[in-house]
Amino acid sequence: MSAPADNAAKKANVRKKIKLTAYFLLIPWFLGITVFRLYPMVMNLYYSFTDFHPLGEPIWIGIENYRHMFTIDPVFWPSVRATLFYVLIGTPLVMAAAFFIAFVLNFKLKGVNLFRTVYYIPSILGGNVAVSILWVRMFHPIGPVNTVLNTFGIEHINWFGQPTFAPFTLIILSAWQFGSVMLIFLAALQNVSPTLYEAADIDGARKWRQLFAITLPIITPVMLFNSINVLLRHFQEFNAAALITGGGPLNSTRFLNLYIYEMAFPQLRLGYASALTWILLAGIGVLTAILFTTSRRWVHYSD
Amino acid sequence: MTLQEPKQSRFKKSHINAIIRYIILIFIGFILIYPILWMFGASFKENADIFGSVALLPPFERIVWDHFPAAWQLSTHNTIAFYYMNTLRFLVPRVLFTILSCTITAYGISRFNFPGKKIFFTVVIVTLLMPEVAFRIPVYVLMRDLGLLNTFTSLWIQDAFAVNSFFVFMIIQFMRTIPRELDEAAAIDGCNALQTLWYILVPVLRPIIISVGLFTFMWGMNDYLGPLIYLTGAENRPLSLALAAMVDFDVLVPFGRVFAAASLGLLPTIGIFFACSRFFVESVTNSGGKE
Repeated sequence: MSAPADNAAKKANVRKKIKLTAYFLLIPWFLGITVFRLYPMVMNLYYSFTDFHPLGEPIWIGIENYRHMFTIDPVFWPSVRATLFYVLIGTPLVMAAAFFIAFVLNFKLKGVNLFRTVYYIPSILGGNVAVSILWVRMFHPIGPVNTVLNTFGIEHINWFGQPTFAPFTLIILSAWQFGSVMLIFLAALQNVSPTLYEAADIDGARKWRQLFAITLPIITPVMLFNSINVLLRHFQEFNAAALITGGGPLNSTRFLNLYIYEMAFPQLRLGYASALTWILLAGIGVLTAILFTTSRRWVHYSD
Repeated sequence: MTLQEPKQSRFKKSHINAIIRYIILIFIGFILIYPILWMFGASFKENADIFGSVALLPPFERIVWDHFPAAWQLSTHNTIAFYYMNTLRFLVPRVLFTILSCTITAYGISRFNFPGKKIFFTVVIVTLLMPEVAFRIPVYVLMRDLGLLNTFTSLWIQDAFAVNSFFVFMIIQFMRTIPRELDEAAAIDGCNALQTLWYILVPVLRPIIISVGLFTFMWGMNDYLGPLIYLTGAENRPLSLALAAMVDFDVLVPFGRVFAAASLGLLPTIGIFFACSRFFVESVTNSGGKE
């Protein structure tokens, strides 16, 4: 093999083959996306207009599911309310905790790696059923949480008995898992060029001003990325609500994702559950869209 | 702050700053880990020492040693090992197929030039943001029609088809850092596409492949909804369902035994996390930072 022309021809040949190879390699993915994503999405819309028992076939009933949901179902609106409360309180809380800790960790400290690892543990364990067992006991009327609160003079809170308090047991569980969000913030903070701060120091800018004038604007793209992730996570909470509070008391923690499950599987009303799914998707869609459209005003893309 | 400020006080200031940070970090770290430690500790307590107690360990003379052996025998017929095995029966295929299918897909999308490449990448990004609940019911109907209800297959079959766009995206991002000349050189040397992937790219991709495997494993250990929907038979019950049955345990049961069972449920996750924490922390750190 000495002639360069020979090599070039070979290269062209290889390129032609490459095209076919790529399609060949992507066959499983293409099937997966079509069969397990695209097709189900379409069918979900169709089912939402049907009465569908899993032992039979779907029967078209028009908008009856939606009408029932909005006008008759006594659980639907409380469920929407519970979901929104959890999302709107939980998301900012996780973001604030994650940013605060990342801010404290972003300093030349010994043992930063150890702290990063330790803070990440709840994110790994949080969804586990074993943690739900633990949480029920932590917030038990005579559990450790109330014992600690008692020493501060706060009397006996019935965490799982009152609709005012029950959502907070789940919000605290979610906030406990701020670690993964924090790590992403920390990486962003560590990427901020130190020369910016040096320049601000020379200009005599105070540390607080530096936070608002330099740090926050620079990490706004990461802020957007994180808030969308955290928002999606809160909208889809299932394990904690199903296991710790069971949706109660008085539906105060019956998040839509839990309600959808209850309608679909124990109640076997697949059509109605599909209609509920679209409400949840609409909620996710609206809040994500708000974040994206307002992001033009508050997200700074530097380079 | 004036320019004349003596050096010594500056030095002191940064020291105080560091001390305050350490205090905050240690305090918060303790609060975060406390519940887990409390649970482990409670696995050695009598009921009387659990109620109303914030102590991590019982008084020495009242330590109960047999909660763990008792928890090992989780139900009348089966030990906890039986439930672990059931979890592994869907988790091992899930991990292997996720790695395999997502790597091949990422390879196909990122390393070849072909018509439709951009659309394919867009599809990956769009499906990345789609929540699982959007497909749950129709996928269930599909599994019913395929006769897969109450089989372990139903819990991993999707993963054999690279449906997890998050992982596909992560691997694509990683692959972009590997020079493409390597592939072409391998192709000219007579490697076919799969050989190029296996001999040239996979060795470089190792850290990201391990991360994908670890995340799949961790999320699978926490998966409760999947088994709840699909594994209806008692003979297939995995650990998450067995533990779920203990959430509302009876007051008459020794609590320590339930905590011991829960601790046994978390142990593999914690063990693997500490053994591989480097991979976790690094891949999470990278997932948001790169555009």
